[in-house]
Amino acid sequence: MEKKRKWPAIYLSIVFVILYAPIFYLMYYSFNSAGTMYSFDGFTLDWYREVFQDTRLLVIVLNTVINALLSAVVSTIIGVFGALAIMYVKTQRIKNTLLSLNNVLIVSPDVIIGASFLILFTIIGIQLGFTSVLLAHIAFSVPIVVIMVLPKLQEMSPALIDAARDLGASRFEVLSKVILPYITPGIFAGFFMALTYSLDDFAVTFFVTGNGFTTLSVEIYSLARQGVSLTINALSTIIFLVTIGLVIGYYFISRQSGGLTGMGVRK
Amino acid sequence: MQTKSRNFYLFPYTFWIALFVLAPLGLVLFYSFTDLNGEFTLGNYGAFFTSTYLQLTLSSFWYAFLIAIFSLLVAYPTALLLTKTKHKQLWLLLIIVPSWINLLLKVYAFLGIFGTYGPVNALLEVAGIGPQQLLFTDFSFVLVSVYIFIPFMILPIFNALDKLNPSIVDASRDLGASSWTTFRHVIFPLTIDGVRAGCQLVFIPSLSLFMITRLIAGNQVTTLGTAIEQHFLVTQNWGMGATIAVFLIIAMVIIMFLTGKRGMTNGKKA
Repeated sequence: MEKKRKWPAIYLSIVFVILYAPIFYLMYYSFNSAGTMYSFDGFTLDWYREVFQDTRLLVIVLNTVINALLSAVVSTIIGVFGALAIMYVKTQRIKNTLLSLNNVLIVSPDVIIGASFLILFTIIGIQLGFTSVLLAHIAFSVPIVVIMVLPKLQEMSPALIDAARDLGASRFEVLSKVILPYITPGIFAGFFMALTYSLDDFAVTFFVTGNGFTTLSVEIYSLARQGVSLTINALSTIIFLVTIGLVIGYYFISRQSGGLTGMGVRK
Repeated sequence: MQTKSRNFYLFPYTFWIALFVLAPLGLVLFYSFTDLNGEFTLGNYGAFFTSTYLQLTLSSFWYAFLIAIFSLLVAYPTALLLTKTKHKQLWLLLIIVPSWINLLLKVYAFLGIFGTYGPVNALLEVAGIGPQQLLFTDFSFVLVSVYIFIPFMILPIFNALDKLNPSIVDASRDLGASSWTTFRHVIFPLTIDGVRAGCQLVFIPSLSLFMITRLIAGNQVTTLGTAIEQHFLVTQNWGMGATIAVFLIIAMVIIMFLTGKRGMTNGKKA
């Protein structure tokens, strides 16, 4: 019996070690004074100093964050409208069509989204840069918000709305005093997801960003293409800590809204 | 009154659908019929059916297939064992967390790990095999991709296993089936939807992710995604790029049809 219990634990440990090893490998060498990702020479914080003294990099981080916040706010607003629209549509066929169209951007590969948006922006004449990246991020975040908000709307009892109407609430009051408070956890979860997708996105941004504007992911890619540089390692340690913070934040938000409903794997 | 407010909600949302879902798809289709000068042509489709592009498509599918199979081989036992642990939701969360780390950073880590002086080569040297060229090979591409996609495969399988009624497994054992027979004829068939969803979540990105190939495999591996990126951003041949994109979309629809639609809500965009 004892022996039987052991193998599963060993197998799971190996999987966990493999999953985390590369991440900790990166973080470990961010303290290497030798400047390479092998042969640890001595402890140094030079690479972190370099990150924080690099004004260009800090501007990029700022751009990335501003872009993520803006796109999350706008896509949350459009997404909530979308969820309400889908909810209020009476015909089942139209509802299903809307839902399928909503999911197109969720299942489409990033290259397709990036390439098609590049064509779109070029045709409409939007200059590639901050605006195009912001619009692209809003566009691919909207369906995620819809997916997060819709279940909350559907679980809401229609009697609540009827009661409010019977008691004399106007249409706007029903929305602001009954519906929105009820779906607030879903809205927060949607906003949060939109924020992290935007912060994390590389492929779509890579297509629609021009020469002047860069986000952190694109910058990491161009740095990594030039080979190993321990500044990336230092940067990745910082990003890892921020990510863990965001995951914990999301965990508490979704605990309030009951269960890890939308918590999925992501790229 | 009712219809009025409904239209109001629909307006911004349908505007978004028209501009960012329907228009881009239409434009990709339109561009696939144009040449470098913007004139109508069927040449791109002709070019796609030459040996160069067919070979590319075939090898892209072959790599995606390998990646999906290896991910499944690692992920299924992991998911199965996870459902048997105490605090399984916590362990699952720990499996998911690495997938939240920026993909580029994880790929970049392998530049060091697989490097000429990296730990893997040091290990090979100790083992007496001697250092090997690991980076910029298709082997490292498959390995890194499997590493990236394991959580994507584990999650839907875990969910399927978690929903499985344990009394069905008990019944099978009570009726005299061995663990292997129970697995083959009871557990696996009942969780096949999870496996399908996982394969879908792995297969489609494997066809399209271009950054893993660019960083890890150099020019050794070209996938459909790499080819699209190449045509749009390097050679500026949008017509050809759009044509490959059309075929990637067709491939995606076929895969989704084969694997069922369940995967869609399980994970993130592919």
